[in-house]
Amino acid sequence: MQDKGITPSQTVGPFFKYGLTPNGQYEWNDAFTGNLVTADASGERIRVEGRVFDGDGQPVPDCMLEVWQADSQGRFADPQDKRALPNAAFRGFGRVGTDANGAYAFDTIKPGSVPDPDGKAQAPHLLLAVFARGMLRHLYTRIYFDGEAANSSDPVLALVPADRRATLIAERAPGNGNAVYKLDLRLQGEGETVFFDV
Amino acid sequence: MTFIYPIDSNKAHPLPLSPDYRSSLLRAPSRPLIPMRHTLSELTGPVYGHETVRAGDNDLTTQHKGEPLGERIIVHGHVLDEDGRGVPNTLLEIWQANACGRYIHVRDQHPAPLDPNFTGAGRAQSDASGYYKFVSIKPGAYPWGNHHNAWRPAHIHFSVFGHSFVSRLVTQMYFPGDPLFEFDPIFNSVPDAKARMRMVSSFDLENTQPEWALCYRFNIVLRGKNATPMENK
Repeated sequence: MQDKGITPSQTVGPFFKYGLTPNGQYEWNDAFTGNLVTADASGERIRVEGRVFDGDGQPVPDCMLEVWQADSQGRFADPQDKRALPNAAFRGFGRVGTDANGAYAFDTIKPGSVPDPDGKAQAPHLLLAVFARGMLRHLYTRIYFDGEAANSSDPVLALVPADRRATLIAERAPGNGNAVYKLDLRLQGEGETVFFDV
Repeated sequence: MTFIYPIDSNKAHPLPLSPDYRSSLLRAPSRPLIPMRHTLSELTGPVYGHETVRAGDNDLTTQHKGEPLGERIIVHGHVLDEDGRGVPNTLLEIWQANACGRYIHVRDQHPAPLDPNFTGAGRAQSDASGYYKFVSIKPGAYPWGNHHNAWRPAHIHFSVFGHSFVSRLVTQMYFPGDPLFEFDPIFNSVPDAKARMRMVSSFDLENTQPEWALCYRFNIVLRGKNATPMENK
């Protein structure tokens, strides 16, 4: 007889790479990568990249990041999103491990706007789950995009003290070609990334 | 069916800062998490079908030319939601040390042998009733540097998706009766004793295969309840 309640989380530990993010370094195939772009995906191609730091400002080389996002029309590739288009190849999910410098990168499509529970538009954003050795449960944060007019009226950003909002907004790097957005994650201390209790 | 994810269910999880687990000291946020309502972004999640799982991915004993050394085991069970309903067609990923307690990961250099016939990674998809099954080798306990004479209880890492991005779970499955439980800061980071025991598999004699493999049952309960429960339930 099982008691009530969910199974608790435990850390992903230091040795997840060969199982979850092998990236050609182990005899195991990747179920997921950091490239979410599919041939049929409409919208603006972007790269989102940055580094992950711990409370001493040291890079975190054994971090895993997972991204979940809507397509460029703001629809999720999940039948629970009743507005979803059938047969669209864009899955909206990616996973990467950080490298020795704590760096990560996702290649994706800029998501469209998704409504909040009151039907109010949210600014385009990615959901990010952050896993690492030393983290007993993953943490949830969001990545917004610099220069979006909708950021100023986003109902979730509005919950965040103004002086911490910048930790959630990726800056557009200068240059030609596909847009590159940069955002570092700080797990603890000065400039600590805002994490959400969801 | 529409699912809701009550925030209280998260009380089963460890707190981010658990000082006895030293690696948490610099990797736990110092500011409180910011509460928010779930939007469609949180209430949906990746859906992965059979294309992610190849035939045989759930058998960790047949990935190489020879058979791995160690005690062959079957690990099976159901992925369930908070109402006890099976979570169908959801992806499970596992990784583990070999029978000697050594991971194939390049950073694991503790003096125990690697097994050329064992990688230690597997995948499965739950069926329509939420049932899954793996065949593997019982992992060994292994030492780690957290404190003097620190040893991790034998465990298999599990990664599971469920109905939404907020039902996402990474956990560890332990084996019943392990004498290392009381000394392990990761196991004991879960504050509630009953919740801790949900991470411990049970020995399953009924499904143990004679002359072949011991069986352990491990049910995984993910966040998610029916938004409109039946009356009289």
